[in-house]
This record gives sequence, C-alpha cells and structure tokens, in this order.
Amino acid sequence: MRKFFKLLEERIFQGLMILATYGIAVVLFVIIISILIKGLPSLSWEMLSQTPKGGFYFGKEGGILNAIIGSLYLAFGSTLLALLIGLPVALYMNIHLLNRKKLVNTIRFLLDLLWGVPSIVYGAFGFSVMIFLGMRNSLLAGIITITLFIIPIMIRAIDEVLKSVPRGLLEASLSLGSTRSETAYRVFVKQCIPGIITAVLLAFGRGIGDAAAVLFTTGYTDYIPTSLSHPTASLPLAIFFQLSSPVPEVKDRAYASALVLTIIILVISILSRILSRRFQKTKINF
Amino acid sequence: MKRFFKINRKIRNTFHKRWMLLSLIVVIAMPIVLGVGLYLKSAMLLEQTSLIKLLFSKEWKPMQGLFGLWPFIVSSLWVTILALLIAGPICLLAAIYMTQYTKKYFLRMMHPVIDILAGIPSVVYGVWGVIFVVPLVSNHLAPFFNTQSSGYSILTGAIVLAVMIIPFILNILIEVFRNIPDQLTEASLSLGATHWETVKHVLVRKAFPGIVSAFGLGISRAFGETIAVLMVVGNVTQIPKGIFQPGYPLPALIANNYGEMLSIPLYDSALMLSALVLFVVVLLFNFASRMAIIKLERHT
Repeated sequence: MRKFFKLLEERIFQGLMILATYGIAVVLFVIIISILIKGLPSLSWEMLSQTPKGGFYFGKEGGILNAIIGSLYLAFGSTLLALLIGLPVALYMNIHLLNRKKLVNTIRFLLDLLWGVPSIVYGAFGFSVMIFLGMRNSLLAGIITITLFIIPIMIRAIDEVLKSVPRGLLEASLSLGSTRSETAYRVFVKQCIPGIITAVLLAFGRGIGDAAAVLFTTGYTDYIPTSLSHPTASLPLAIFFQLSSPVPEVKDRAYASALVLTIIILVISILSRILSRRFQKTKINF
Repeated sequence: MKRFFKINRKIRNTFHKRWMLLSLIVVIAMPIVLGVGLYLKSAMLLEQTSLIKLLFSKEWKPMQGLFGLWPFIVSSLWVTILALLIAGPICLLAAIYMTQYTKKYFLRMMHPVIDILAGIPSVVYGVWGVIFVVPLVSNHLAPFFNTQSSGYSILTGAIVLAVMIIPFILNILIEVFRNIPDQLTEASLSLGATHWETVKHVLVRKAFPGIVSAFGLGISRAFGETIAVLMVVGNVTQIPKGIFQPGYPLPALIANNYGEMLSIPLYDSALMLSALVLFVVVLLFNFASRMAIIKLERHT
C-alpha cells in the first residue's frame, strides 16, 4: 500500500511537471496568437509608411511611421553609446584586471545589482536631471536614459563571454609583443564576436521595447525627429497611448502596433542566432 | 619610421587604457549618482513630513499636500507576491523536469521559447493582458469565485507579471539545478530511492538557497515592472481588499503622473521618493539574492 502511494505521488508530480513545462510553451503560443489575431486585420502598408495625419487619434488617416523611426533612432543611438562605454569596461575587467579577482568580482556584483533596477527609476532619474539642466524632452535625453538602463545588461553579457577566453590566449598575444589594448581589440574581441553580437542585440531589444525609461524623457510627437534636441515618438508609447483611447479604430491600431513591435523583437532574436552562428568561424578552437 | 610606429602604438595603448578606466569609473559611479540624485529630489518632501509617516499614511491628496504612499505600497506587495505564488511553483516544476527528467535536446529546444518570452517588451505583455487576461478574469475567474470584477484587477496584474518573470526565474533555476553534481543524484538512486524521492529529498534540499535567491530576484523584477502592470491593474487609489479589486502599484503611480507633477508643489518630490523606495527595495532584494547565490557556488 505504501508503495502504491509512493508511485502515485511520483506520477502526480511528474504530470504536474510536464504540465508546467508545456504550459510555458503554450503561454508563448497564446501570446503570439492573440496579438496576431487582434493586430493583423488592421495592419496595413499605409500604417507603416505614413506619419499621423490630422484626426489620426480619432480614427482617421495616418500611420505610426513616426513611432517606428523614433524607436529605431532611440535603440540604435543608445546601443551604440552603450557599446562605446560597455565594451571597454568588459575588456578592462577581463584583461587589465585579470589578476585582481576580488575587485572584478565586486564590479560584477555591482553590475548584477544594477541589472535589476527597474527602468522607471532610470526614467525618473533622467527626468529630474533633465529638469536640473534645463533641457526639454528630446531624443538625446531618451538615448542617454536608455543607455544608462542597458549598459549593465550589455557589460554583463559581454563579460560572461570574455570570461570563457582561456588565459593562454592572452599570454600568447602578449608574448608576441602586442600591447594590452591590441590584445583586447584584435584578439579578444575577434575571439568573442558571436557572444558580443548576442549581447548587443539583447541590449538593442531591451532598448527598443522599453517604455518606462522614455516615458519621461523623450516626449511624444507626430513628426519624425530631425535633430537630437527634438522630442521623439516611440513604438511602446504609441501602443500605450493608442490603447487608452476610447475610439475603436485607434485601439485596433494599438494592436497592430504591438504586432509590429513583436515582429521586430522576433526578428532580432532570430538574427542574433544566425549571426552568432555565422561568426563562430573566426573563433580559435582549443 | 619604425620608431614612430612604436610610439604611436604606445600612445594608442595609453589612450585605450584611459578610456577603459574612465568608462569603468562612470559605470561604478552610476548607482551612487542614481541614489543620491533621487534622494536630493525627495529631500524637500522629507523635510516637511517624516519618512515613516509618508510610507504608512493612507492619505493621498496631492492638492492638499498629503502624500501617503501606503495604498500604493500595499498594491505593489499584493501584485508582486501573487505573481510569485503563480510563477514560483511553475518554474520550479519546469526546471526540475527539464534538467532531471528529459534528454539534453529537449532543453535545447525549450531555450528559444524561454529567450523569446524574456525578450517580449513589457508593453506587448500589457496589450496581451488587455486582450486576453482581462476578459479571462472578468468572464471566467471572477464568476467562478462568485464575485464580480471588471477584469482590471490585482489578479490580472499578477497573472501578466507572473508570465513576465517566468523566463527570468526559470533561467536561474535551470542554472542552479545544472550545477548540482551528478554524484548526489546517483548516490541517492543507488540507495534505492525513486526518481521523485531523489528530487524531493536530495536535489531540492541541496538547491534550496539557489531556489530562494531565484525567487528573490523574481520578486525584485516584478516589483519594478511598470507599463504592463499599469495597463491591466485598474489604477484606483485604494487599499485593495481582495484580488479581484483594482490596485495602484508604485511604478504605475510614477508613470501615470509625470505630466502633472510639475504643476503641484512637492508632487515631483513625492514621485521621486517613490522612485527611491523602488530603487532601495529592488537593490536590497537583489543584494540578498545574489549573496545567497554566491554562497551556494562556494559550497558546491
């Protein structure tokens, strides 16, 4: 009898485990399907290729091109800036500070702490700095805020790859007479390029999808920005604002915009897989 | 010429090194600047009213200068804890299944699913919440428990949040279970324990600190999530009495009022204080969880 209960317990929990695992996959499926069903009918070429016209927010003509372009500007700008600061930091931690394990681990710990800070905190901070400096809502303020938010993510992701480079490679490169910075950029970066691409695209995806950080700092406009000091529309905010409208046509457009954003994220995810596989070739195998 | 080249390389090396060091200092200074900046902004309000009073007062009347954050803190706690109650067991079961019961290729197949779930922007989760979870709660779950709900409720927010933190917790848990040495499982199995008994008495016990810290990190992630929750939680300033009632979490408060906060005195100070509270709570949770993980790694 005891054996029976033992077996029953095992079976029940095994069932629950299978349920939980497949449940997660099903949830992803449900999310994508429900966005598709709601978004596809109102997705049109017109919507993707035009900026909002008069009466757009009452369901009249126009599109969300301003938001798409604005989001791309924001994401590209901040990813570039974050790479400019993040890559050197990650390299420094793994090459120059190689013999100071304790210091490096402390920095890693600090970055892990920062990784978890919600983007709204960065947004609020960026906003108060902006007010303090007397700046207005602008593309630049948005880029800087998103950069602050994605730097820890990028550094830790790159650092995780650089960590796996064997010490021998560093020693070999140094013994051949190259300087540390040459070793860093010509050997380590080359060796880790698949991982760096993944990290950059991860940060790009975070940047393009985040709403809370740009809510305060970039403002919203119907025009495509032509300078860094202009306010900028962004896709997440376009979705958010349109969804809170009482007009059904505008709501439908919010679903379609959500579909656009989801597709962008999926493309980034697939791209990072393909690219990191392609660049695997340049790697030295040990 | 050769000599020049050599100097050039040295200069370049120095330049790169300086830039690296400068970037590192900027990154390290970031959390400090963040904390100090938020504190300075909220200091104006703190001079007038004590922190304890602000945190535990129920009166939120910005026009009269009353900024009690208690309703928002309670809402945040409700949503976060409920989300963890939903996501925690699912993640634990799934992580055990994927690392102990299946072949390697299954985990490799599931990885893209987890990655995509983790990559979906929170605003898309919000839209999904509005079109799927809100009707689910108002038409099916609320009648099932014999109550009425508009669907925009604590429970809806928690369900959406749970889905958002699942990939996050799951990734950590898979890592935790993978790092447990196989010998432990083998020893337990060879002593005649069944597979489930091994999981229950050996694996989970061994991984316990890791599980707790994964949940801790999940909590800190959920606590600060803004847009998705804001879109489905109802945003009514009250202390929620049940999970089918609307709530108003802290991040939503900040996000909703950024427009008018400059027109009312001390309003921006109050919002910055809530941002500071979020920052400190998340840092504390992260700190404790990461410490636990580091301890665990040292033991194994």
